[in-house]
Amino acid sequence: MLNMIQNDGWSKRRASKAARLARIAPWMKGSALETGAIVEALQALLEPGDAVALEGDNQKQADFLSRSLVEVDPAKIHDLHLLISSVSRPEHLTLFERGIARKIDLAFAGPQSVRLAQFVADGKLEIGAIHTYVELYARMFVDLMPDVSLVCAEQADRQGNLYTGPNTEDTPTIVEATAFHDGVVVVQVNEIVDELPRVDIPASWVDVIVPADKPYQVEPLFTRDPRLITDVQILTAMLVIRGIYERHGVTTLNHGIGFDTAAIELLLPTYGEKLGLRGKICRNWVLNPHPTLIPAIESGWVDSVVCFGSEVGMADYTRARPDVFFTGHDGSLRSNRVLAQLAGQYAIDLFIGSTLQMDVEGNSSTVTEGRLSGFGGAPNMGSDARGRRHASAAWLDMITNKSATARGRKLVVQVVETFHKGGEQSIVETLDAIAVGKKAQMPMAPVMIYGDDVTHLVTEEGIAYIYRAEGLEERKAAIAAVAGATEIGLRADAKRTGNLRARGIVATPEDLGVRRTEARRTLLAARSIDDLVAWSDGLYQPPAKFRSWENSHADTQL
Amino acid sequence: MQTLNFEYAAQQPVTRRAHVGVVGSGDLEVLIEPSSKPTTHVRVRTSVDGYDQVWKQVLDRFFSRFQHAAQIEINDFGATPGTVTLRLEQAAEEVRSQ
Repeated sequence: MLNMIQNDGWSKRRASKAARLARIAPWMKGSALETGAIVEALQALLEPGDAVALEGDNQKQADFLSRSLVEVDPAKIHDLHLLISSVSRPEHLTLFERGIARKIDLAFAGPQSVRLAQFVADGKLEIGAIHTYVELYARMFVDLMPDVSLVCAEQADRQGNLYTGPNTEDTPTIVEATAFHDGVVVVQVNEIVDELPRVDIPASWVDVIVPADKPYQVEPLFTRDPRLITDVQILTAMLVIRGIYERHGVTTLNHGIGFDTAAIELLLPTYGEKLGLRGKICRNWVLNPHPTLIPAIESGWVDSVVCFGSEVGMADYTRARPDVFFTGHDGSLRSNRVLAQLAGQYAIDLFIGSTLQMDVEGNSSTVTEGRLSGFGGAPNMGSDARGRRHASAAWLDMITNKSATARGRKLVVQVVETFHKGGEQSIVETLDAIAVGKKAQMPMAPVMIYGDDVTHLVTEEGIAYIYRAEGLEERKAAIAAVAGATEIGLRADAKRTGNLRARGIVATPEDLGVRRTEARRTLLAARSIDDLVAWSDGLYQPPAKFRSWENSHADTQL
Repeated sequence: MQTLNFEYAAQQPVTRRAHVGVVGSGDLEVLIEPSSKPTTHVRVRTSVDGYDQVWKQVLDRFFSRFQHAAQIEINDFGATPGTVTLRLEQAAEEVRSQ
């Protein structure tokens, strides 16, 4: 590789890479670096002002490398420009406190969102932009090319090939953006072995492999304990199955990670079965391996699931169901966030998720006062892909005009209970996000999903078929009609709501034939994590924090 | 702990009792009993103080649809308005299903 460098003025990045690798050569044995040498090696490798992609999404984190980076000498390494999809770990921000990093481009900042907002207010950190996942990765190929990327894998072999296993997620994309533009790829691995189960990333894309002091951090973000699903969530799940999935014939879809959608997954084998919908809806999924989908899979509802990432405890289950999940020749799950996001944009008919706040026009956001959280992948899932050119029954069903060039539309469904626990209204006049955006001097308000992309709003009061509303005034009236006792809901005029119901723009549970007396936890196919384990025949191995014999025992009384 | 009382005009009386929900965290129980008066009286006992206005709005909306004379007792342990409405509607479905 290095002999291709010519001093012709066209290979500056390649020359810089060679110089960096030469500086760390004293610590290297082939492409392997000793664990204890990482801080010195990073100090030799990096240069002030570098763009550094630090791998970390909402599931896995290259935490050995981030914990090491924070230990470099800020006198030598400073003003780094970090590219992090999810700012999840305290040291991500300590890098700014120490002056090692100066600027950040990110997609999500869940656990660190309060501290991030404070750092911006204090002028300790400059935000480039808050992206969606695919946006940030796309920019790594356009105007945010990493000089160095710090990523993680499960195993490497002696040649430097990588096995990223079920949690492959973002790693191949970050590595590709770096390796093919003469950046330096540094990988922390849980172990170095003689033979890999499979090769997820070839050795020629990788420069430095370092065994981590402990396995990389991975969070069980997609596990929802059925014990916590409420009867209201069961009611809204029934409304969704009847009033949206059945009505429009939705076969390809993505679910958010909330309890509202977990309830839908757990009602398919019971309520859905009773309605005779197996095989007619919910066949092909873009979804992480949600444990709450196990009963539907085991009951023969699900043809396929393609995953963004994996989920802690689901490795053996996904391995045992290769007809459903994407698996390698070794048998283990293969996930890929960018490809799953692409599938979620162009290949599915429906996205459904929850939000914290929705305004009277249907715009929604999870950004609330004092937090700069970002939205990860939700804005991509929750929007119409206007470049789509293949038709499907559900997609065509969204057409409301008779134009000769009319086209279909993705179903974007928001589920909102009208009030949160603690009495806060979730349907409001103005989103908190607007004030937060102004305060943080963002170029636009941090809206997660725009009202003109939302096709359906589901609350415990019923469904607003927003896509059928004619004009903004009618959209507002439809939203108010299902907004319950919120201030927006109290504005709804009974006569107008009656008219909207008659025209099929609003439907109550009665209109849809959904009986509220049926909305009880006994309708869930699994009522506890232990039930999910039983459905999986012991293949699902929940992480310790979700194992609770006492709780599931108490649940049998319900 | 707070007790609230509401009175609504009503027409024909309910003829049977209903009991739905439990007084568990985030939930409530609703008891409906026949009443000899031509009105509906609602007594709310709630663990959360200061939501008088929201209770009134939730109950006003429900009793604009449910116009049977009854004695109704609500024991609330921090339920959301959505849960309150669901339990009221469930109780109403029960007294109607005869």
